[in-house]
Amino acid sequence: MTDVLLDLSVDEKSFLSHRVIDAIRFAVPGGEIVSLVGPSGCGKSTLLRIVAGLDTQYCGTVRIKGAPPQVHSPDVGLIFQEPRLMPWLTVAENIGFELGRLGDRHPRVKELLAEVGLAGFPDAYPKQLSGGMAQRTAIARGLLSRPALLLLDEPFSAVDAFTRMRLQDLILALAARHGTTLLLVTHDIAEAVYVSDRVIVMASEPGRVTGEVRIDLARPRERRHPQLAAWGAQVLTLLNGGTIDYLDLTDELAAQTPPGYPIATEHLAFAL
Amino acid sequence: MGHAEEQTIERFPAETTRVSRGGWTWGPHPGLARWLARWGGRRRAFVVPLGLLLVWEGVVAAGWVSAYLLPPPSEIGRTLLELAASGRLFEHVGVSTLRVLVGFSIGASLALIVGALVGLSRRAEDYLDPTLQALRAIPSLAWVPLLLLWLGIDEAPKITLIAIGAFFPVYLNFVAGIANVDRKLVEVGAIFGLTGFELIRRIFLPAALPNLFTGLRGGLSLAWMFLVAAELIAATRGLGYLLTDGRELGRADLVISAIIVLALLGKLSDGVLQWLERHSLVWRDGYDSRRA
Repeated sequence: MTDVLLDLSVDEKSFLSHRVIDAIRFAVPGGEIVSLVGPSGCGKSTLLRIVAGLDTQYCGTVRIKGAPPQVHSPDVGLIFQEPRLMPWLTVAENIGFELGRLGDRHPRVKELLAEVGLAGFPDAYPKQLSGGMAQRTAIARGLLSRPALLLLDEPFSAVDAFTRMRLQDLILALAARHGTTLLLVTHDIAEAVYVSDRVIVMASEPGRVTGEVRIDLARPRERRHPQLAAWGAQVLTLLNGGTIDYLDLTDELAAQTPPGYPIATEHLAFAL
Repeated sequence: MGHAEEQTIERFPAETTRVSRGGWTWGPHPGLARWLARWGGRRRAFVVPLGLLLVWEGVVAAGWVSAYLLPPPSEIGRTLLELAASGRLFEHVGVSTLRVLVGFSIGASLALIVGALVGLSRRAEDYLDPTLQALRAIPSLAWVPLLLLWLGIDEAPKITLIAIGAFFPVYLNFVAGIANVDRKLVEVGAIFGLTGFELIRRIFLPAALPNLFTGLRGGLSLAWMFLVAAELIAATRGLGYLLTDGRELGRADLVISAIIVLALLGKLSDGVLQWLERHSLVWRDGYDSRRA
């Protein structure tokens, strides 16, 4: 592992006097693939927005290649859960959006089209694309400026399971090819374990790091590798605060209203 | 399949080879069938107007209505031909079209500028929008005396009136279009470092384009309406003047001819915008996008 690419230390981040992030510190060396896993509201997407320079209201210091985060930095690319393509632009124009007028003619766009497997569709409009194709276009757009750090905010959660696996492999191949560092937010433990070198597990209220799991397995990885499942179980344990824990509702439901009546959820011992 | 084939052979022996070899069903060539179906649909559109024209001609010929009040279509056709032959028709059409073009361009351009301002700046909206909404409530004809007082009886008051008419539909639709732009796309623009005019040009304008076209088409049809209002009151040339002239001379054929020409011009100019709309909105993922 080489130099530290991202050095993140967020002491506090609040929304309306509600503390969403409490003392999160980690560093990502160049070339590493790191996943952030945690329940909703643990601030993982907020962290990503801070690194992307979209959110500046926080206490702490964040350094990317030694410089504070800034919007439209050539070092950082950002990919969202939805493709967020401009519907009035073709695939090639969307990929070359950053270059402005005639951006679709740039040789780099043609390269990226081939890399994400859309060489046959430069002139298609987003309405003609499947979910996977649209997300591949978005990935190509994010890679246009050859960012050293690519941020992905639940990038594959809106596509079906088969497309998700193909997109995971695609992003790994692209990262390996360009030496891109990935910081990935996901809800999917299997995805985190399969894709990452390191999984950082977070807890909510306030958002904090509860631990991390290092995935020491050479790529390409076999999805059914038993070791991956073991690491996944480790991540799950960290997520549940160190206990093997599941919600047993039998007693609660038995104590509730008779069958056929609505359940008064406010009396349950857990939050839905 | 076997059953249909038997029937076909029985009834149309000459077609049997087509049915059995190519696996075609009997009937005209598919492209020809589509063409016929489309023309069938278009032909149906002419049935009612042609029928009405025939009834109209018949009613006047039978003497039930006086030809002085309701000249028959044949006479109106003659009047139109005469007007065209003398060149007066083209003069009126030319003058009116130019007024609409100039007035509409001014009104629509102002609406684009003010709409962008109000759509993008909360403060500009607070300052301008209530006033504009109040001005919008003024009926078009109420402007006429004031404009005549201020601007005389030349082209200026007419063009101003048309510009006022074109302004509001464009303005309202453009502002609504900007308000509906997906916040997520604006964020993408921001991530790519777009600000100010570039953000408007590359995100807001294209995203608001469908609404803008609705506004432009509405504005153009109002421009024609305000043109007639302006020309009815003070003009020596133009289709509105032809209407006044016809009334003063007691010639209903002139009035109806002018109405027909106005209808054609309105439809034609809207057709141009509609064509532009279809070609610049091929990307739109709407219900009728297949037609584009």
